[in-house]
Amino acid sequence: MQSFSYSKAQTLDQATAAGGRFIGGGTTLVDLMKQGVETPKMLVDITGLPLSSVETQPDGGLMIGAMVRNSDLAHHEAVKAQYAVLSQALLSGASPQLRNMATTGGNLLQRTRCPYFRDPSYSNCNKRNPGSGCAAIGGHNRMMAILGTSEDCIATHPSDMAVAMTVLEATIHVEGPKGKRTFEIADFYKLPGTAPNVENALEPGELITHVTLPAPRKGSKQVYLKLRDRASYEFALASAAVVAETSGGHIRYVRVALGGVGTRPWRAHEAEAALMGKPATAAHFRAAAEAALKDAKPQSENGFKVELAKRCIVRALTTATA
Amino acid sequence: MESTTASAAGSPHSIIGRPVARIDGPLKTTGIAQYAADFHLPGTVHAVPVQATVGNGAIRSLDVSAARSMPGVLDVIHHGNIERIYRAVPNDPSATVSETRPPFEDNRIYYWGQYVALIVAETLEQATAAATAVIVEYSAETPSVSGELEPFAGKWQTVSTRGNVDDAFAAAAVKVDQTYVTPVETHNPIELHATVASWAGDTVTFYESTQGVVNHRNAMAQILGVPRENVTVVTKFLGSGFGGKLFPWSHCALAAVASRRLQRPVKLVVTRTMMFSNVGHRPLTEQRFRIGAGAAGKLVALRQDALNHTSMVDNFDEGCGEATPYLYSVPNLTVTSALVQRNVGSPMAMRGPGAVPGLFAMESAMDELAVALKMDPVELRLKNDAAIDESNGQKFSSRHLRECLETGSAKFGWSKRTPGVGSMRRDGKVLGWGMAAASWGAYRFGCSTTVELGADGKARARCATQDVGTGLYTIFAQVLSEKTGLPFERIEVLLGDTTMPEGPLSGGSWSTATVLPAVAGAADNAIASLLQIAATTPGSSLSGADAKTLRLTEGRIHRSSDAPARGVPFESVLASARLNGVSGDSTSGSAFEDPKAKGLSMHSFGAQFVEVEWDPEIARLRVSRVVTVIDAGRIINPRAGANQIKGAVVMGVGMALLEETVYDPRNGQPINGNLADYLVATSPDSPEIDVTFLDYPDYALNSYGARGIGEIGLAGVAPAIASAVYHATGVRVRKLPIRIEDLLQSEIREA
Ligand SMILES: Cc1cc2nc3c(=O)[nH]c(=O)nc-3n(C[C@H](O)[C@H](O)[C@H](O)COP(=O)(O)OP(=O)(O)OC[C@H]3O[C@@H](n4cnc5c(N)ncnc54)[C@H](O)[C@@H]3O)c2cc1C
Ligand code: SF4
Repeated sequence: MQSFSYSKAQTLDQATAAGGRFIGGGTTLVDLMKQGVETPKMLVDITGLPLSSVETQPDGGLMIGAMVRNSDLAHHEAVKAQYAVLSQALLSGASPQLRNMATTGGNLLQRTRCPYFRDPSYSNCNKRNPGSGCAAIGGHNRMMAILGTSEDCIATHPSDMAVAMTVLEATIHVEGPKGKRTFEIADFYKLPGTAPNVENALEPGELITHVTLPAPRKGSKQVYLKLRDRASYEFALASAAVVAETSGGHIRYVRVALGGVGTRPWRAHEAEAALMGKPATAAHFRAAAEAALKDAKPQSENGFKVELAKRCIVRALTTATA
Repeated sequence: MESTTASAAGSPHSIIGRPVARIDGPLKTTGIAQYAADFHLPGTVHAVPVQATVGNGAIRSLDVSAARSMPGVLDVIHHGNIERIYRAVPNDPSATVSETRPPFEDNRIYYWGQYVALIVAETLEQATAAATAVIVEYSAETPSVSGELEPFAGKWQTVSTRGNVDDAFAAAAVKVDQTYVTPVETHNPIELHATVASWAGDTVTFYESTQGVVNHRNAMAQILGVPRENVTVVTKFLGSGFGGKLFPWSHCALAAVASRRLQRPVKLVVTRTMMFSNVGHRPLTEQRFRIGAGAAGKLVALRQDALNHTSMVDNFDEGCGEATPYLYSVPNLTVTSALVQRNVGSPMAMRGPGAVPGLFAMESAMDELAVALKMDPVELRLKNDAAIDESNGQKFSSRHLRECLETGSAKFGWSKRTPGVGSMRRDGKVLGWGMAAASWGAYRFGCSTTVELGADGKARARCATQDVGTGLYTIFAQVLSEKTGLPFERIEVLLGDTTMPEGPLSGGSWSTATVLPAVAGAADNAIASLLQIAATTPGSSLSGADAKTLRLTEGRIHRSSDAPARGVPFESVLASARLNGVSGDSTSGSAFEDPKAKGLSMHSFGAQFVEVEWDPEIARLRVSRVVTVIDAGRIINPRAGANQIKGAVVMGVGMALLEETVYDPRNGQPINGNLADYLVATSPDSPEIDVTFLDYPDYALNSYGARGIGEIGLAGVAPAIASAVYHATGVRVRKLPIRIEDLLQSEIREA
């Protein structure tokens, strides 16, 4: 039996000084411990930290504590009113029970659903055992990523919430041995490259304390669209988060991010570039979708994701500019 | 929004045919009901199997030393040290097992996940930890788990044949010749398989999750090499089985062996991952259908050649030809089948075995024929309705397929359907309307029951059958209530224990039809004894009456000429007679031996009408509406019955659009072996479902006219969905599940 110690931190200092593995809602971590994928020796429960409020900032932005539960965030009045894309993304994820447990910080750090990562009887997983190979390449890969993959890892980043935060250009605030640091969400997540075990910019012992969102762009519309096999309780095959503003039928501002297709929450800069200043028409939406997927590298079973992601982008853009 | 209709064929006051709530409901919703793994006997220890991580090969070495010395570990059992256990006698219908090879028989590995060792420890956590410490080395070969069964060079078996199908097909004016594939589906009852085995001296008791306590007892007696009377099997409640729990699996014997070695109760709960490899699945099927028709739509030739995969150690025949020979009228017909071995665990019957995948293929082919004929698919079925069972010339005991189709059409609004692909729209979506016919066999087997009328004023029935979650407890209670006039509060039903009179296995939708005559007979016998006692007990106001003139109504014994209120409560008669109770036994036989059923072809029928909503731009398809019309004899409890049908329809949505067990081609592991990755339909996937029971009693099967309803509701759902998908999208999917990958091929790009 893998025994471990458990303590509950009351203060930030206690948490970061403990030197253990943080546990939020535990919906990712406990699962992986049961599978034998994660084997922490010390768990530090951080759900008692005073980081569970959602506050509007003087600049009109929003500060979200890392312990805010996914359901609370999704149903928060300010989020529903001003960051609809975030509320929609959260509610499209997991199940009500899981959302009641899951925290904002934990959601950002949830691990991939790659079945070979989750089963330690496969020794060949570069994410778990650096340098051991990748069992997913040549295996069952329908759910795997098509963007940002490498020869060493093709695992999809599973979070819906992080895709919405990407399109909202969130900032992630952390605290730890190096003091307080902040990251633009785009810089937080790493591509797998040759080191898929390194997923983000956090250093050992660093705790996510907050996420801040810039003030919502006036006059813009937000949409999260998630496509999957069944109607609920499934990770995305492809999803699109869009924030767009049009005037005179032309696109004045647009941000596009994709889920279910990338090795990290995927900001589609190419799509945005293709749209800026253009008329909000189906043809331009399709061209933007083509641009977003032009570097897609499908595996043997997930070629359909390329077209599905394009359709997802087109529909999300259509809705956001209607 | 769901609705249910049934017209009770019985009297309006009869409890038979009334939509009553299940009597076991409160026990389940309050958590009082004890399922197998809920039995915590004093001194229980826990067993966890170690699974093979290769799909084909042999164990080269097995090092248990580390595991053996871990905290709490009491025993490690494997092929090198297991004592003698036996195979169950082949083809003994009273003692069937699911996997004929006993666990640890040798060092061969036939499928990924096969048990190679068993850890027994004081706690579940200790056993689980030690299981990961067993070091097994294998000589492994690539397993054969291919999802393609053709080309097949082996021998075909003829299932049914008449006329000359090949000549008739060659000459037919309009033809369909296509191959249909249904995937491996895993039974996923929410209650995991579980065994608690407890030896005391030379007897053993099993608290089991089984669909057949009597068969389980008989099989375990043979495997363990002890007399039947030394084995007791208890299954009070089942969190369903869907066929996967019909017969014992390897873990049952392992738990018993461990308990015998340690002389302590052993609990073994199969994990969800193990559910995908070790306890059965609906096998992969590949079926070629050739249908030939005249230009006006009359069938002239029907040929089905069905393959299904099986394991390396068992020949499991899915029986895809179940409904083909009798569903339609066609002079020339041949059905053949064959098996293809794969490195997978042994398949097992899953809800509607044979008929469900068989009807997916046949009804899809019929739909294709209707398109080729430019004929309405309902009309095509009506045109080819069969007056008799043409496979054997027998009359049907009761067949109302035509009425199912007509009633379903009317309720669904089928006449408003426009046949063109993508021609129907609503609220920015394309609608697809499809339909299929359905059928399932009607069976009755032997059953013994005891009914007791007690001095405590209660009626009790006892029978060694089990309620798998469908409402069988309530069926017993309804009959007792009908016979005695007692309310449910004064009725007790005791099932799921082999010390009681032997009742049926819960399979094939035959439980209700099977138990009805026995419980009614036992109640009649108990009442006859009671009336005799009333007539002969001195001091009673009924004393001296001719017992034949006495009646039991609303729990009171009275003269037939008097109102019940003038009679006496039966418990006071028992008290005067100084009796604790009277009982009656009854044993009813199988329909095969019943002269009433002789020479009749007995089946249930149904029709499924489906609407799908299709959002072509994003390839999103959802089933929005299902109308189901079922001809399953008289419905004893329309509430529990409709529950069965609705559940089956939802399962059909999963079969059509979601479910598939995927094997890794390199090692044969079911790679989506958990409930997040193996998709079943969720509530938001569930359509609006309208269930109608035609409620024509089938008295050839039993005096109540009841057939069964557990499986028919799933039959025909998948092909009806596939046909609706074609109507909406123009994509004909012949391989389930229908996926977004398929739908993206549609040429209809906007609604
Ligand atoms: C069956 C299932 C289905 C799901 N479906 C979806 C879905 O459709 N869409 C989706 O987006 N998600 C889905 N999820 C994932 C779910 O959203 C995540 O499990 C959840 O958000 C994780 O949050 P948590 O608080 O429980 O994290 P935990 O499990 O507590 O932690 C996750 C990781 O983050 C670390 N950690 C937690 N908090 C902090 C912090 N503040 N600072 C630093 N490190 C921290 C932990 O050490 C751990 O490594 C699903 C999960 C399951 C089990
Ligand atoms: S895709 Fe990544 S996570 Fe999955 S097996 Fe390969 S390396 Fe491991």
